[in-house]
Amino acid sequence: MSNSFVKQVDNPVLEIHDLTVSYDKKPVLWGIDLSIPAGSICGIIGPNGAGKSTLIKAIMDLVDMNSGYVKLFDQTLDEVRKRVSYVPQRESVDWDFPASVLDVVLMGRYANLGLFKNPRKADKEAAMKALEMVGMDKYSKRQISQLSGGQQQRVFLARALTQNADIYFLDEPFAGVDAATEKAIFKILQNLSKEGKTIIVVHHDLQSVETYFEWVILLNLRLVASGPTPEVFTPSLLEETYGGKLTLLTEVGELVQQGEFKAREKQ
Amino acid sequence: METLIEFFTFQYPNIKYVVFGTILLSISSAVVGCFTFIKKKSLVGDVISHAVLPGICLSFLATGSKDPFFLIIGAFISGWLSILVMDAIIQNTKIKEDAATGLSLSVFFGVGILLMTYIQHSGNASQSGLDTFLFGKAAALVGKDLLAFSIIAVIVLLTVLLFYKEFKLISFDPQFAKVIGLPIRRLEMILTSITVLAVVTGIQAVGVVLMAAMLITPAAAARFWTNRLSRMILLSSAFGAFSGISGAFISYSAPSMPTGPWMVMILSVIALVSFFFAPGKGILIRQWRRFSIRRQLLEENLLKTFYRIGENSGEHFNTVAIDDLQLVRNFSPAQLTKGLRKLLVNGYVSRNNNSWFLTNEGFEKGKRITRLHRLWELYLTKYLRIAPDHVHEDADTIEHVITPELEARLEKLLEYPTSDPHHSEIPK
Repeated sequence: MSNSFVKQVDNPVLEIHDLTVSYDKKPVLWGIDLSIPAGSICGIIGPNGAGKSTLIKAIMDLVDMNSGYVKLFDQTLDEVRKRVSYVPQRESVDWDFPASVLDVVLMGRYANLGLFKNPRKADKEAAMKALEMVGMDKYSKRQISQLSGGQQQRVFLARALTQNADIYFLDEPFAGVDAATEKAIFKILQNLSKEGKTIIVVHHDLQSVETYFEWVILLNLRLVASGPTPEVFTPSLLEETYGGKLTLLTEVGELVQQGEFKAREKQ
Repeated sequence: METLIEFFTFQYPNIKYVVFGTILLSISSAVVGCFTFIKKKSLVGDVISHAVLPGICLSFLATGSKDPFFLIIGAFISGWLSILVMDAIIQNTKIKEDAATGLSLSVFFGVGILLMTYIQHSGNASQSGLDTFLFGKAAALVGKDLLAFSIIAVIVLLTVLLFYKEFKLISFDPQFAKVIGLPIRRLEMILTSITVLAVVTGIQAVGVVLMAAMLITPAAAARFWTNRLSRMILLSSAFGAFSGISGAFISYSAPSMPTGPWMVMILSVIALVSFFFAPGKGILIRQWRRFSIRRQLLEENLLKTFYRIGENSGEHFNTVAIDDLQLVRNFSPAQLTKGLRKLLVNGYVSRNNNSWFLTNEGFEKGKRITRLHRLWELYLTKYLRIAPDHVHEDADTIEHVITPELEARLEKLLEYPTSDPHHSEIPK
């Protein structure tokens, strides 16, 4: 991998060290090492099945890691949960659930509420403010099953905004949304970034990468590159990311799965 | 009537036990049932209810008594185990959820039947009545059962009250719940525990086989009436309580009638009624909506045809014969009779022997439909680049859909056009 390019930064907001993740005993991410500077809008780019969502889920501790660690603000996730916000893929939930738009957005406040307490006026105000930011305040009472894809995505973003986090992870926020929503969402992300917040987005539309992102992570089962967009978003690195899988890596992964090996022997 | 008064004044203590017992257990199962329903784990109730049988038998074998508290403890443990077994099968094998559900259910139930048969043939005199767990024994509830049910109902309801928002979040989006730091594993455990508790009490009334209905039916019925979880839970408990009272009353007034099965029957009727009559989601309302749209289409198409005839002749308020209408557009005789009668009633047309003519309102409406039709045709050719000879059918539908706001936007977008792609005039 002569031309791989991973730029490490000082005082990163996000540091991933030697991360290996398996799904169903098959390794899907191999030895990821990277760091992200504060305040950047960062895109995670790669073909289907490259492990983009898995990387975010590993950072969020939603999938088990075989090895390595993740640090946010130089601390573990458990120590900084309140500074972290996560926007899952829209399709990861059932939108037929009996809840209104406001109900869903209020869920972003549950962490601060603590057990046994119901949302108060201040929480409702925060939720309405977030809905206003994403242009959905008129829909606060609407049943969520009546929303379009773009509106669902805005609701999810509003829920994240109520958390007032310092770092945002968004899993495919632009998938299947209309152009107006994409523009509106990006504008909000840009504003957050101007306030010094860090935004990390799983994205798969190569056309818009250079406009949207200051920092790019190229991923295909392993880390191909991580660095400022102009240095990383180059034809040769893209070729390496998209130009066919490393068949050897895939085959070894399948052998690991069949033999039920541990992807890493725990020391 | 006499029976009714006798029943509701609780003239015999036994009635009181049965009524309150059935109400308490119906409410508990209706409330937790809402969560299993929205989590799409409806069959879990079925697994638990079958799986408590070995627990009941084992605790009877160990203690030799039918004290409800001992039996409930045994039932609780084996009910829980069945869920653990099911989850372990899903996590560690390639077997999917449906098969794992069936496996866990049948293995536990099999062991239960085995133990029960053994107990029945063991000659233990106090064993008689243990088999009521299979089919329930609501009408034979006694004071001690009621105490056990009350305690369990209070535990279940308090737990839901305390953890309402957490249960809601882990049901809707467990990943998000985990990321914001909720202890989802513990919450899931609590939710499973109260589900098992509700099932354990419920089967004493309706038995193993009908228990799933006690959990799911009230929730499914309530879902038809509301889009909010809190209301769904309240409604579901109301349905449960109503079925409890009714079941108890029916079996009281007709002693050969079993309480449990009647509770399930009543719940099923409530569910059926909801299915057909609930506003918004009920079948009947949806049929009615479909019917009124068909009627609207017929009326508007007739008015459009009148307008078209008037356009051709240059005189919009002349009388039109039925044959003339059919020359322009193919209406069936039944449609014509029905449609014209409706237009007459609504004041869009007037009648002169066998001919018809437009009123002012009818003319305006016919003009508007024609106008929307042509505007849409123009839009399709201009913005979707569809050939002019392919736009008619599409416009025939859309003309009935466009709202005045959309009409205004369409006009502006097309820069207030005067003629359509076929050079017909777009009327103002």
